[in-house]
Amino acid sequence: MNIMYFAWVRERIGAPSEEIETRAATVADLVEELRGRGERHAAAFADLSALRVAVDQELTDFDAPLAGAREVAFFPPMTGG
Amino acid sequence: MGIVRVQEAPFDFGAEAQAFADAQSGMGAVVTFTGIVRDLEGTLSHMQIEHYPGMTEKALAKITDDAHGRWSLGGSLIIHRYGTLGPDDMIMMVATASKHRKDAFEAAMFLMDYLKSRAPFWKKEEAGGAADWVAARDEDEDALKGWE
Repeated sequence: MNIMYFAWVRERIGAPSEEIETRAATVADLVEELRGRGERHAAAFADLSALRVAVDQELTDFDAPLAGAREVAFFPPMTGG
Repeated sequence: MGIVRVQEAPFDFGAEAQAFADAQSGMGAVVTFTGIVRDLEGTLSHMQIEHYPGMTEKALAKITDDAHGRWSLGGSLIIHRYGTLGPDDMIMMVATASKHRKDAFEAAMFLMDYLKSRAPFWKKEEAGGAADWVAARDEDEDALKGWE
């Protein structure tokens, strides 16, 4: 699964994306796995209320299922316009 | 027909607005909005706009479809830039065309409100040697509730 990071989440993780093997059933399960990857990940995922998530480029929630998902992106609230 | 363009290059607002209006037929109203880089403190050196290629275009297309489903529009246009922008540079523009001004104004407001909080763009301001990500504002999220 391709995991992507944007804005300060990307900076905190130290990479724009990473390819991981996971059996996580939901986004929340995936976050738990990612937190275990090290200090940078733990810091980036410390406060989920500050994060938004997209599964296969669709905005969704942390309880969303991951069955069949190929790309999951984490980022702060958007500031376009 | 709704047009969405996500680009790094600057755009010519006057030429884009004219071309958009020229492409319409039987429309009594064209509304345009342009967003410009602000330098409130007088210290901004530049702004970086990051986006999520692929999702950005999808999100803007969905917002466009929603607007066309909600109002009677002859056409709409969204241009949004990414990359490095300086103070007073144009970041984005929206244009809507309709038979009547109310639809054109409301649809333009709707497009603006949704693309601020639902299209994956992030702004980082560099000023006085420090760089900070712009925080989303509660009032931008609240603006969406008015359209639900």
